[in-house]
Formats: sequence, structure tokens, C-alpha cells
Amino acid sequence: MDNNNTQDRRSFIKTCLKVLPAATLIPFLSIDAKAFAEEGYNPEDHNYAMGIDVHKCIGCGRCVRACKNENNVPDEPFYFRTWIERYIIPFEGETIVDSPDGGINGFGDAAVPEDAMMRTFFVPKICNHCAKPPCVQVCPVGATFTSRDGVVLVDNDYCIGCRYCIQACPYGARYLNPYTRTVDKCTFCYHRITKGLLPACVEACPTQARVFGEITDKSTPISYFRRFNEIQVLKPALNTEPKVFYAHLDGEVR
Amino acid sequence: MEHLFERLTDAIQHATGYIYPNEAELHWNILIVIYPYITGLVAGAFILASLERVFNVKELQPTYRLSLLTALSFLLIAVVPLQVHLAHPERGYEMFTTPNPQSAMAMFGFVYLWYLMAVLLLEIWLDFRKDIIQWANESKGLKRLFYLVLTLGSKDVSEKAIEFDHKFGKLITIIGIPSAFLLHGYVGFIFGSVKANPWWSSVLMPIVFLFSAIVSGLALMLLVYMVSNWVRRKQNAMDCLDKLSSYLLYMLIIDFSLEALDFVHRLYESEESIHILSQLIGSKLFTSFFVLQLLVGTLIPFTFLTLTKLVRIGDTARKVLYFASGILIQIGIMSIRWNVVIGGQLFSKSLRGLTVYKIELFGMDGLFLPIAILIAPIFILIVVVKLLPPWPEAELSK
Amino acid sequence: MSKLKEKYLAIPEQIRIVTVLFAIFLIMFIFGRRLFIPKTFGEYGHYRAAAVDDIMQIGLVYAGHQACAECHDDVVAEKSQHMHKHVACENCHGPGYAHTQAPDEHPLTIPTDRSYCVLCHSYNPARPTGFPQIDPVTHNPDGACIDCHQPHAPQPPEVPEECGSCHERIVRTLGAGHHNSLPCTQCHDIKQEHKITPRDFLPTVPRTREFCGTCHSTKASSAKEIRRVDIVTHGENYFCGQCHFPHNPEVKI
Repeated sequence: MDNNNTQDRRSFIKTCLKVLPAATLIPFLSIDAKAFAEEGYNPEDHNYAMGIDVHKCIGCGRCVRACKNENNVPDEPFYFRTWIERYIIPFEGETIVDSPDGGINGFGDAAVPEDAMMRTFFVPKICNHCAKPPCVQVCPVGATFTSRDGVVLVDNDYCIGCRYCIQACPYGARYLNPYTRTVDKCTFCYHRITKGLLPACVEACPTQARVFGEITDKSTPISYFRRFNEIQVLKPALNTEPKVFYAHLDGEVR
Repeated sequence: MEHLFERLTDAIQHATGYIYPNEAELHWNILIVIYPYITGLVAGAFILASLERVFNVKELQPTYRLSLLTALSFLLIAVVPLQVHLAHPERGYEMFTTPNPQSAMAMFGFVYLWYLMAVLLLEIWLDFRKDIIQWANESKGLKRLFYLVLTLGSKDVSEKAIEFDHKFGKLITIIGIPSAFLLHGYVGFIFGSVKANPWWSSVLMPIVFLFSAIVSGLALMLLVYMVSNWVRRKQNAMDCLDKLSSYLLYMLIIDFSLEALDFVHRLYESEESIHILSQLIGSKLFTSFFVLQLLVGTLIPFTFLTLTKLVRIGDTARKVLYFASGILIQIGIMSIRWNVVIGGQLFSKSLRGLTVYKIELFGMDGLFLPIAILIAPIFILIVVVKLLPPWPEAELSK
Repeated sequence: MSKLKEKYLAIPEQIRIVTVLFAIFLIMFIFGRRLFIPKTFGEYGHYRAAAVDDIMQIGLVYAGHQACAECHDDVVAEKSQHMHKHVACENCHGPGYAHTQAPDEHPLTIPTDRSYCVLCHSYNPARPTGFPQIDPVTHNPDGACIDCHQPHAPQPPEVPEECGSCHERIVRTLGAGHHNSLPCTQCHDIKQEHKITPRDFLPTVPRTREFCGTCHSTKASSAKEIRRVDIVTHGENYFCGQCHFPHNPEVKI
């Protein structure tokens, strides 16, 4: 029964793939660096979101590498602003998840032989920039906040390092930077997007598994993505209203 | 830094199942375990004082002033573990300058100040005012100056004024009871309101915290009272000990019932998280949960205290049982705090794996610092008691 | 005046002292607090507005894909015609913002090592089917990838003989099942062009019971060992592929 759907979906994807070369030109057009520079940046005009297509992720880890380079994230494998998880759902037994060094060097052999795998796929993770961020709610001093353009940021000159926000984040997206001793997290590459560039991970993704852009405009890659995919968010029951949207997300993903 | 990375590498190697990569570091360490423990003692000791004052439990009179001073000694230290634990302690003042009204933690500074200034200090001052004035008159030199400052310029020791002290003090105590509830219920709320963490997120959390606080405070006062009498070579007032232990027993029963309710509720509802939480208490928390919290901290003292109520036992044996219960309950309450704070961080929020927490001896994450912080209030208490003797004979002497 | 004073003195001494002390404390707190609040705090919300500017000022490391075309338009133009058109230049050549500012001082790198290409192209069952994947152990193990594949136009050097060059997963799956001896063309009609621009010329996929029936029907004239069913009644109104995955039908014999 399910096979029918899968096949439909496959053929749909294939059609999409034919159309996509045209559609994928959109990100190259929509964010124009020069226009930004000339007109100045007004955060009131923007509202950002990200889309992640699980079907397209190949687990190469280029996004993780690019993020660490761009944002001066400590190289040690305990600090990630974005990372990739590999899910293996075997025919029998429990789902196996791993993310060796956040997937920065790709993924080696799995713990399960291939013929025992029922489904297996990669899922990129990142701060969800929730519209109702529990981390911002708990910060006692106002050192983490939602900017006017909808990005959850940390003021590392003001953070006292109580780490309540780390406890409050359901997604494990925050860490304590051992060098600054303040909490750190994904900023959607705020210093890039406000100059009209794409976040480093989106820039780096070779398969366009990640799309990024304005959520309020209709003709943006993220709006297209939301329009033509069934969308899921992570842990919807917690009502955090994430702004990182997933297509083809498996129910096993937490 | 290298040391930290080594520790985190070790943590990742010992983790079972899947944890999010950022979860290798356990952020709220043993300092945060003793923070609710200490505030609990404060709230509990204060509730004991108010029992005598507001509810006129005459037997508890000998512990009244001692409880207030004990509460003060512990309250003065209560913020230290929090402050020390901050990654940027020098920025801690921001809690007062720009408190985030939405944050459960931001209001702690204000609740703390309210409790310290408006309740505890005021009540102690009112209660000791007459004595302070008298001590100021009796003593000389620096000591006199010290007591004179403590009088805050008040001189009135007329009967009417003393009468007023009493009434006003009673009012403060009445305000103090909800304040003590607030102080510790609030600490419970800091944990109970974290929806991301299924081990913490529970409406019962503030109430469980509150009753465990009362239990720990009563047990502490039982110990402090007995030890102080032993040091001063005085007899324990047995009716006071009996009454105190009765209240301790009642509170222990309520506390245990609430915790049991919370536990059964979780098991019965069997939500998404039950799988990982069962693994947690079955492995990493087994000793601290079943052995220390349940057996040592609850069932054994419960048996001891019940024995003293049901069976006729001699004074000496009763005292031994009371004292032992007091000690065991402290161990139990400490385990409760450990199981909440550390336990809540030992499983991944992916609900797919468990991490480890290894205590070290030295440094900011070490064991010595929290032990020092835990001992400090005892020394403060000794000093405070020297300056403001709470003993009945000191009162009678005037 | 004296009446006021009288009234003031009528208040118990303790209350007067306590009230004055609390008032002093409160006033000190309220005014002292202001000294410590950063200037831009609260401008747009409960945070330091200047922090947003600080974050915007962070320097770039990756220049972004638009920057490369300004000098290397020929390479960008070539790349845009081929399968790597969505792979940003900096993905292989490393972060290039410094290079855009001072090209000679900050030359970029060219990964020539096999280990770089296989980050994407080594076989991994978790990768989507259809994504070109090879087994680095068996796929021309001695050569560097760029000896045969031009990274800006990564076509196979010659039209691949084997479907498995790209469809490693399918070949592996086939190998484990009863269909392992069948050539891909047994079921798929594959145009030659598929091997060069695969997505423009997709192979056909059979979707009728009758197609499977040519071997598996009780009336078929295939080899006797092949499992037979009555294709009219077996499996109700489902197409065979809805229960049996054709690359590995997984039927117990």
C-alpha cells in the first residue's frame, strides 16, 4: 500500500528534479548582495526561516565544516551550531542514531549490516530559531533574544553563563563556548544574511538540502519549499513553533 | 582547557545510546545540587520557627530563635553556589539591573532579597531588639559599638513597645510563611517549568520541593538543637524533641506521598520519555534513587520515627533514634536534590541515550568547593549565636 | 507642623526606623540600578540593541558564490552547465573571503586527494538512491578522482558500462536477492543518453502485473525453477511491486 505512495513520491521528486534547475536559480536571484549594501539593512523588512529536505541530505558534513569555519566554533567535537544525525531503523530492534563528530568528516560504516536496515537517512540539525523560544524565555538577564528579523541571538558581552537556556532548549542547539565562557548557538549567520549572503551551511550544501530566505515573501526558495512539500517541525508538541522546516521528516526523528 | 576536553572526550566515550553532540558537557554540576538543598533548609527552618509563633506550639519554644538564626546563616550562603557557578560571575549583578520578567530564574534575586530583608532580618531584629539594647548597655568598647549599630538607633524598651514588637513580629511571620513557600516553591518552579526536560517538567515539582524543604529544615533543626545542647552541656527538652519529631514524621509522610504520586503518575501515563527515564533510574540513578533517597532517606527514618511514636522507648534511645533519623533524612534530601538536578541532565533530550557525570575533587567543578560552601553556614551560625545568644537562659537573665 | 511631628512620633519607633531604612535601600536600588543598565538596553526589546550591531560586524570567512564569478567567470560558466552547478566553489576550494580581498596573499586550495571527493560520493546506504555513489575500495583504487573526472564538469570519462558505477545501492540490493542474475535491462528500458545526462532521460519502470507475469505467471514459458503464481488471483488488486521490492523480492522459498 505504502509502496504506491513512495512511487508516486519518487516520480514526483523526479519531476521536481527536472524543474528544479530553473527553480534553484531563485536563491541566486532573491538575495542580492549589492541591493542590500546600497539600501542599508532594515531588520523590520525581514523574517527569516530555513527549510531542510531530508531526502536530499547526503551526510557529507560540508555544512558542519563550513559553520565551524565561518563562526569560529571550537574545533573540538563537543561544540556544534549545526550537525548531522544518521538514523538507521532496522527491521527488528530499536532505532539507531549516531553523529560521529557531528558528521563533520562524513559517516563511516554503520553498526548494523545493510540487509538489516529497513530505513536509513541523514537529518541535518540546527537551532530552530523558534517563534516561541523557550531559551529566550528563561534567560534571566536578557542576554539571549529574538531580533526584529526573527533570529534568536546571544549577546556574548552580556551573557552571565548561568546556562539555564541550555537546559531549556529541547533541541540541544546550545553550548557553552569554552573560550568566551558564554553560551553560543547558530545565528543563521546573522553577519552574512544581513549583508545579503546565505548562511554558511546553506552556501556549503552541495545538494541544496538546505534552503534559506524570507518567510513572508511568496517568491523565495523557502516559501516555494513550504508550498510544495509536506512540512514538519521538530518536537511540535512542545509548541516552540520552530522556523526550521523539514520536508520528508521521519517520525523517528527527535 | 585541555583538561576540559579530556573530560568531555571521556564523557562521550562513556555515553550510551545517542546524545546530541552538544550534550557531552553536563552544565549544572554539584554546585547547583547544593543550591536547592540550602534554600530548602532555610525555608524549612523558618517554617519551624513560625509553628511556634503563629500556631502557638508551645513545646517548640526552645527552637524558635535558634531556627531563625539557622535560617539566616544558611540564607546568607544560599546565593554563593549560584554565583560561583556562573561562567561570568562578574556579570551576576545584571540579574538585578535588567531582570527578564519572563524568566523563572530572574525573579530569584528579588524573592531572595525580599525574604532576607523583609522577612528574616526584620523578624530577627524585632525579636532581639530588646536584648540588643540591653546588651549594648551592658557591654563596653567595640562590642558596645557593634550592638549600638544593631539597635539601628532604637531605644524604646517600654512595655508597650515590646508588646508591639511581638504583634509586629507575628505579622511578619504570617507574611513569612507564604514567603518561605515562595522561596522554595520557586526554586522548584525553576526546574518544574522546563518543558524540554521530561524529568523536571512537572506541576508537582514546586510542591515536592516545598515539602522536602520542610522535612530537611525540621530535621536540620532537630540536629542543631541536639548538638547545641550537647555543646552547652544542657538537657534536651524531651517534649520539644518529641513534638519536633512528630512534625518531622508528618511532613515526611506528606513528602513521600507526593513523590510517590509523581512517580506513579509518570509510570502510569507512560509518555514518550518513560523508556529513557526507566533506563535512567534503573542504572545511573539506581543507588541515589532507590538506596539513598528511598531506603536510607525515607523508609529507615520513617521506621525509626514511627517506632518512637508507637512503642514506649526510653529517653536516651529516643534521642539516638531522633538523631539518626535527622542524619539519614539529610542524606535522603541531598539525594533528592542530586536526583533532580544531576538526574535531569544524565539523559539526552533526544531521549535516546544516557550521559555520565564524574565528580572531580578540585577546581570549580570539584567536590571541595561545594563541601566548603555546605560547611560555611555552620561556622556562620556559630558566630551569629555568639553575638545573638538565642538560649532561653539568656532571655530569662534580663 | 508640630501636629505632623506629633503624628509622626505617634508611630511606633520600630516602624519609623524600619520604614526609613527600607526607603533608603529602595531609593538606592532604583537609582543605582540605572547606572548599570547598558545604554541601548530595551530599545527594541528586553536586550541590548547594540549587541545586534556587534553580531552584524563579525567578519566574513566565506565570500559566497556570487563573489567567484567576478574574476573566474569562465570556470563559473562551465560549472553552471554541469552536475556540480549547485556545489559552491568554496565547498572544494575552501573559505575564500580573504582571497577576494587579497588574491595573491591568500591562494585557495585545490583538493586533489581521493578522500575529498568520497565525502560525498562514497557509497552509504543512508544516502538517497540515485545520488552517484561509488565504492572507493573497488572503484579504480589507485587513481586520483581528477585523473578521470573533471570536477567542474564531472561527467564520467566514458559512458559507463555498468549501472553499478552510479547505482551501487541497487546493485548491492540485487546481489542479495533472487533477481541477482538478471541484467538491469530485463526490466528497465535505458536510453544511452541516461548515462550522460541521467535526469533528462530516466529509465522506464514496469508497472503492470502482466510484466512480472511474463516470468512468474503459471502460464509463462520461463525456466521451471522460477516461482509461479496465478497473476489473476494472487495478491488481489495490488501491483506486484507494492508487496515485492523488485530489486530483492524477498520471497521465502
